[in-house]
Amino acid sequence: MKVADKDVSYVADLANLDLTVDERARMLRDLNSILEYIERLSELDTVNVAPMAEVSDRYGVDESRQGRDRFAYAIRDDVKDGLRKSLPHEVAIKNAPDTDGTFFEVPKVIER
Amino acid sequence: MAATTIDDIRAAIAERKTTATALAADYYARIKKEDPEIGAFLTLCEDRALAQAARVDALAADGNPLPALAGVPIAIKDVMVTNGVRTTAGSKILDNFIPPYDCTAVARLEAAGAVILGKLNCDEFAMGSSTENSAYHVVHNPRDKSRVPGGSSGGSAAAVAADMAVATLGSDTGGSIRQPASFCGVVGLKPTYGRVSRYGLIAFASSLDHIGPFANTVKDAALMLRTIAGRDPMDSTSAEVPVPDYVAELEKPIRGSGEKLKVGVAKEYFGPGLDPEVRSVVEAAIQRLAELGCEVVPVSLPHTEYAVPTYYIVATAEASSNLARFDGVRYGFRAKANTLSEMYRQTRDCGFGMEVKRRIMLGTYALSAGYYDAYYLKAQKVRTLLTRDFDEAFKKVDVIAAPTCPTPAFRLGEKIDDPLAMYLADIYTVTANLAGIPGISIPCGENHEKLPIGLQLFARHFDEATLLRVAHAYERAR
Repeated sequence: MKVADKDVSYVADLANLDLTVDERARMLRDLNSILEYIERLSELDTVNVAPMAEVSDRYGVDESRQGRDRFAYAIRDDVKDGLRKSLPHEVAIKNAPDTDGTFFEVPKVIER
Repeated sequence: MAATTIDDIRAAIAERKTTATALAADYYARIKKEDPEIGAFLTLCEDRALAQAARVDALAADGNPLPALAGVPIAIKDVMVTNGVRTTAGSKILDNFIPPYDCTAVARLEAAGAVILGKLNCDEFAMGSSTENSAYHVVHNPRDKSRVPGGSSGGSAAAVAADMAVATLGSDTGGSIRQPASFCGVVGLKPTYGRVSRYGLIAFASSLDHIGPFANTVKDAALMLRTIAGRDPMDSTSAEVPVPDYVAELEKPIRGSGEKLKVGVAKEYFGPGLDPEVRSVVEAAIQRLAELGCEVVPVSLPHTEYAVPTYYIVATAEASSNLARFDGVRYGFRAKANTLSEMYRQTRDCGFGMEVKRRIMLGTYALSAGYYDAYYLKAQKVRTLLTRDFDEAFKKVDVIAAPTCPTPAFRLGEKIDDPLAMYLADIYTVTANLAGIPGISIPCGENHEKLPIGLQLFARHFDEATLLRVAHAYERAR
């Protein structure tokens, strides 16, 4: 068993999930079974292998340049050429569960 | 009118044999009759569709040339946002979400004259291989209603298979276009990473997510790709690579005057776990490619067995980060609670389904202090090895042929309680997402129960032209 009850609680806490008692038991079982299967990656020697974060850094990067210029392809045109227009305020808050018309509202964070 | 290809529809409208409006009405009538037994649609947008159809009809009435997709009834997987049309990602957490903008791919289809009928059912946040993880309802495979349509783009595949749309868009993070295309007997194309903008695609795993089409024919898939492909300033990972005319490319012979086109076959895709009937049908399809003038060459992709474990670390790690935004503050469902922390937790507990929570947990665990190197970093390194396998193979061959899935469509309920068994349904498809290469599934036969079987083809990065050309030649010769 790689994962114990306390690990499920710790990870749920990091992920902002509560989980019911049933869900915790199921999560314990499923995570252990999946992690056991994933364990086979340790068979591979990867000491001298570079990690690959994504595909576009394989063809977009200009290796002859330094620093941020290497990733020039990834800089958004609208950032390069000046910011584009944002969503109008009333549109941006239209889907919010609770607003005062100007700001998103949430339960009180700081007690006075 | 029985037109089911894009060109037929465009021609019929141009020749005034029908109108886009009449066609949209036909499709809505069929959806209302057939879909209660299939479950492909989550939302219909009739006002938007009929307004677009009227625009196409006005163009036709004035005798104007019609754009490539004029009047074509198309539907969209519900993970792509649509301005003013409810978009749920198959989740209760977005049950009431009305996006304020359009996904680039959807906007490009509409600009080419497509009529968007509605939004299609899928696994919640595209996490699943059977569409049984939809928070709304299951989708039945039109070819056998006791079976799953595949997933996560099950609604997109089923809608085309049941002729409730002429073509659809899906998303593919680990096989979610190709696997349901195979299960439902239609064409499904996952382009190269960067070929199609992801702007407006609700993110699951950003380095693996792709948008692509479902269609009845390879030519229709090529028309759809030509429309949605190309650099978009709103997605920094969309590539500055010229988009060829895929439809014109289809007509080039696969056996030219020069060298033969080489088709690679990797034994790793024909190992234990492959259904014997799937194996023999796919082998016959590869034999057909040889008869068409391709040279069949053995290749090796030695790290294939490590693809699923690698995928389930990378995908869940990215998902745990992407799904952190669903907290009940700016949009979507919010649970009632007294404190902010309780509000976040209860919103996510009530709003997400079990599979989504399972993947958030796995991804959070893989990224957590003390485990990052052992899991996430390790998986990223194996991703490099898997990609090198393809680099080596593509020095020798132009395309690689394989089964799309180890089995035909399984029964509803068969794997829903065994997440690992469900993950293994993606064993032949996740590799293309990790490497970013294009892949297509095309129908190549049936098993003894008349269940469709898919032939999968891969090609080099940004070489969809060759991929589609071989697929088209096979489809025509079948």
